[in-house]
Amino acid sequence: MNKLTLWFHTLGSPPYFHRLAGRLAPWLFAGAVLFAAAGLYGGLVVAPPDYQQSDAYRIIFVHVPSAWMSLFIYFVMAVNAFIALVWRIKLAEVLAMACAPIGAAFTVITLATGAIWGKPMWGTWWTWDARLTSELVLLFLYLGVIGLYQAIEDRRQAARAAAFLALIGIVNVPIVHFSVKWWNTLHQGSTVRLLGPSAIDASMLWPLLLVALATKLWFVASLLVRARVELLALEGGKEWARAEAQRAEGTP
Amino acid sequence: MRYGTAASACFALLRRDLLLSWRRRGDALNPVLFALIVVTLFPLALGPEPNQLARIAAGVILVAVLIAGLLALDTLFRGDYEDGTLEQLVLSPHPLPLLLASKILVHWLITAVPLVLAAPLLAAMLYLPADVLPVLIAALALATPLLSLLGAVCVALTVGMRRSGMLLALLVLPLYVPVLIFAAGACDAAQAGLPFVAPLLWLGAALALALVLAPLACAAALRISIT
Amino acid sequence: MSDFLAMGGYAGYVWSSVAIFVGVLAIDFISPRLRRRRVLAELRGRARRQQRKSTENPTP
Repeated sequence: MNKLTLWFHTLGSPPYFHRLAGRLAPWLFAGAVLFAAAGLYGGLVVAPPDYQQSDAYRIIFVHVPSAWMSLFIYFVMAVNAFIALVWRIKLAEVLAMACAPIGAAFTVITLATGAIWGKPMWGTWWTWDARLTSELVLLFLYLGVIGLYQAIEDRRQAARAAAFLALIGIVNVPIVHFSVKWWNTLHQGSTVRLLGPSAIDASMLWPLLLVALATKLWFVASLLVRARVELLALEGGKEWARAEAQRAEGTP
Repeated sequence: MRYGTAASACFALLRRDLLLSWRRRGDALNPVLFALIVVTLFPLALGPEPNQLARIAAGVILVAVLIAGLLALDTLFRGDYEDGTLEQLVLSPHPLPLLLASKILVHWLITAVPLVLAAPLLAAMLYLPADVLPVLIAALALATPLLSLLGAVCVALTVGMRRSGMLLALLVLPLYVPVLIFAAGACDAAQAGLPFVAPLLWLGAALALALVLAPLACAAALRISIT
Repeated sequence: MSDFLAMGGYAGYVWSSVAIFVGVLAIDFISPRLRRRRVLAELRGRARRQQRKSTENPTP
């Protein structure tokens, strides 16, 4: 066995992953907070007001990275779901299921901040435009995955069923997006338009990228922490999990 | 031990399901009754103005049919799961997707076809213009099997649960959105005097794709939830 | 400073967005920790029950 496959097999072992994730997560969280603070400082303080939207555009510094993450996390979840279904790796199941709540959180942020941005810019909290509608459908997909995972008693079976649903969903998202787009051209109803992709100034770009990096780190950190807990619950009967429980006795 | 051919197994399953639903033939009217109630509520809520009702008629009928189908989805595997038939189907030597396809076909025949047949009545209640009615029926004829096929995949995932109603709706809704958009789009276009063939063709293409893929996905899902 | 807080008249919009961002992520941070505490407590309880059972009727 070559080194890489060996490493993968070691990584897939729950006690090893538990230990590694526990060591990595705090650093990743710290990095995420640091980058987010720098990015938000750059976005909210340093960057000049937009000539059209004045200061309201500053919402994009939290909105756009969250929107990227909502799609990115779904993709990560689907990849893990695929691995879980094809090779039946326990860690992949756990990771896929740990993705869902984080993705739902970022989708909620995207929808809420998008609505808040839309009110002063478009004069309305919500329009039935392709991006907004597919984001809403994405939230339903996340909630469906979480709901299905919670509803089935047997944890492994629940993870596999929810993973299957996640895979169906990833086919569905682009279909919804394009169908709503087509539907909008038919209706011709709303005259409010998403702002044209005006070339973004460098003073606005770097804070945006920093916050995006911060959300990526946050996702990985949160994923590791959630996967750790899930593994502990799954492997409750095993020796390492019991040892972990005893070790955590004193510390809160 | 000898098994029959896959075709004979499918026919046996079709016969059995049809016979079972014939013995409980009153149930077939439930979805129609439900759609009728929903459609009745709209004029009561919005006022009896014919122009206003005509404008939303196609959309209301489609949504009513969609929800009626959603409520009926639960019965697709319920009985077979409870008496163990479903497990036997999964264990049988015949291709599971084919067997499931015949089950879905019967389910569509007894829950969705009555809805399509009742569409003219629902349309009349909401003053749908007469020239839009054929488009609505065509859209329903293409959309309802699509809804049944997509719904079957989700039902297969929730089959072992006792109270799956709300969860099933949550799982199915994202899959139903494009179908609803295209079906309503065809009716809207017809009502506005625009060409309405394109969305119908899209529905047809999706139906062809789902006819092949949905039974396979349904079988895979069922194998996950029945272990 | 007050100019910065006023956000050109959009203070309510901008600051509520940032608050939602921080708030939702804070919940995302706390919820697995609470769950971890629950899981560990349950595991300890299970271990204790097993120990008690083996001391009450020790297997030869």
